[in-house]
Amino acid sequence: MNIVYAILVLSILGAIFAVILAVASIVFAVKTDPRLPEIVDALPGANCGGCGYAGCSDCAGHILDGSAPVNACPVGGAASAEKIAAIMGVESGSAEKEVAFVRCNGGTAAKKRFEYRGVLDCVSATKVAAGPLECGFGCLGFGSCVTACQFDAMHIAPNGCAVVDPVKCTDCMACATACPRKLIISVPVSKKVHVACINQDKGKVAMSVCANSCIGCGLCEKEGKKDAIHVTNNVAAIDYDKCINCKMCTKVCPRDCILPIATPEEKEKYKAVKKAQADKAKAAAEAAAAAQTAAPAPNA
Amino acid sequence: MKEIFSIALGAILVNNFIFAQFLGICPFMGVSKKIDTAVGMGVAVTFVMGLASAFTWLANEYLLVPLNLAYMQTVAFILIIAALVQFVEMFLQKSLPALYTALGIYLPLITTNCAVLGVALLNVQNGYNFIESVVYGITGGLGFLLAIVLFASIRERLVFADPPKAFEGFPIALVTAGLMALAFMGFSGANVFG
Repeated sequence: MNIVYAILVLSILGAIFAVILAVASIVFAVKTDPRLPEIVDALPGANCGGCGYAGCSDCAGHILDGSAPVNACPVGGAASAEKIAAIMGVESGSAEKEVAFVRCNGGTAAKKRFEYRGVLDCVSATKVAAGPLECGFGCLGFGSCVTACQFDAMHIAPNGCAVVDPVKCTDCMACATACPRKLIISVPVSKKVHVACINQDKGKVAMSVCANSCIGCGLCEKEGKKDAIHVTNNVAAIDYDKCINCKMCTKVCPRDCILPIATPEEKEKYKAVKKAQADKAKAAAEAAAAAQTAAPAPNA
Repeated sequence: MKEIFSIALGAILVNNFIFAQFLGICPFMGVSKKIDTAVGMGVAVTFVMGLASAFTWLANEYLLVPLNLAYMQTVAFILIIAALVQFVEMFLQKSLPALYTALGIYLPLITTNCAVLGVALLNVQNGYNFIESVVYGITGGLGFLLAIVLFASIRERLVFADPPKAFEGFPIALVTAGLMALAFMGFSGANVFG
């Protein structure tokens, strides 16, 4: 008889709770953001806590309100991050995609003060006598940013400098946080011209520490027609709102620190054109002066 | 009053749910990477443990015992706790959104937390009355809160440590938890009222 009681009591109890919960789910229904379940679906759903939040739905909530990056889930990796980025991307509407950019093109062109043989990581390297480079601003090339990148978008180029693959970059800026020299910024993906140096030393010092350093000579500033490049604190910087990718500044730069670096032929050609223009202007001015002397003003 | 105080102190320190009874280890390891989330989890566990103690005590006293069904405690308590937590979650989401955002997200996670079930069963085992049960539940939750916050604050610093490769991540966290349990063993035998 007892077993019947047991079955009855638990069944009735279960049924009562089911009814209460069913009623409660209607009475206490709350509208939620439709993107939330989408993000939860894009996450692995293992509730492992690897992200530091209390399970996948909590993580999704934090991604939704912007307090966690789209790649917060280390388990889902690039695949789930891309899906979430697509879901969240709807929100940003027409805003242009931005990608990370490393503002240094020194690498092997930068002079070394000493040979660093320690933990192969940029932060550790900067702790030893402020780093092995003469330049206090440049990329150390130990790849802390490469380790930080979860999208395989960050690599050390053959010249020893970190470079971003703009196709794979999701602008999560994990690399910028990892870089002890704060070299990495977010730039609009459509802009192709970048100053790859942040050395604020005076020209002579900057010239001595690296072959590719900006010396703040101001040629680019004079050459630019759009008022889009300015030298402040001895280093050129581009105003991306004004830049039109005309690449004039890259052609006049004597230090090869504005990307994309112009080839010597391009530079020669550009110089020739400039010289021809200057000659023409000079000739015109001379002709005007000659005309003035030949025909004096009538009232003289 | 003496009894109540003794139960409270026992639940928080001497018989700490995590370090002495090894209940609720899953959220203890899983949600202890940041102090913020650890506090949220601890508060939610305290809340649910207090509520669950009250309801399971009532169910046991007025339903299971009169019907000679005490042996069904485990099953019945799981059912009650799960339903209760779901109901409370929905109720909070609608009527107290602030409290819901503070701890709501942890509520579903602790539906079947063994510390919650453990407190319900221990209440019966120890023969507590209603007030004592609720006090035991809440202070047991506070003990959990203390443990997880201490552990999270250690783990936040542990990130910067450089342990051997084999110990990185969870292993070193488990070792740390073991050492903390050892430290809490110092409280065992402490009895304020002789």
